[in-house]
Amino acid sequence: MTVRVQAEPFDAGAELNAFAQGRTDIGAVVSFTGVVRDTQGDLQEMLIEHYPGMTTRAIATIADEAVARWALADVLVIHRYGPLKPGEPIMMVATASAHRAAAFEAADFLMDYLKSRAPFWKKEVTAQGASWVDAKDADEDALRRW
Amino acid sequence: MNVVYFAWVRERIGLPQETVETGAATVKDLIAELSAREERYAAAFADISALRVALDQELSDFDAPLDGVREVAFFPPMTGG
Repeated sequence: MTVRVQAEPFDAGAELNAFAQGRTDIGAVVSFTGVVRDTQGDLQEMLIEHYPGMTTRAIATIADEAVARWALADVLVIHRYGPLKPGEPIMMVATASAHRAAAFEAADFLMDYLKSRAPFWKKEVTAQGASWVDAKDADEDALRRW
Repeated sequence: MNVVYFAWVRERIGLPQETVETGAATVKDLIAELSAREERYAAAFADISALRVALDQELSDFDAPLDGVREVAFFPPMTGG
């Protein structure tokens, strides 16, 4: 299991190629990359704040649960913080398992939990000013699926 | 104990963290104590349904006891991913 919380950009393709490499016991690798989206056409920057003492451990707890529940061969989570530009990757998740259903489900589970249980907060900066992104009720509801 | 604030809670209170001498028994008691101090705290804690709390870097709840806790963090619902 690899969990990285970093300000630096990452190369999602290179990370994915390196992930679970050399393993012959897996039949499926699923990945998700989250990208900074400019919804209104006026986003200058997305500022991501996090809780340094808690973040890595909170993500590792979520990843441990995914590994146990879906018997994953491996899991990777990278999440950035700091100022990001539209189009830049914010985070990625990759899961590896024997069969695809487990890899897909575990990636979906990880995303739902990272959204609402990993201590990150997004702030959008536009020419009009800056505002914190509100958590959505739908994000909390999504956790009940699991 | 160390009290830390994130996102708009940090902005409203105007500090990222502070050391608080308190005899508060629970998180709710600590909130009442801080809110009585100054308006900026009262404003930040006006609606606790809009807040989350972590005790020693684990998510917790507002009725949780503070006995032995070293760090309390207040923040809005998280928006990761």
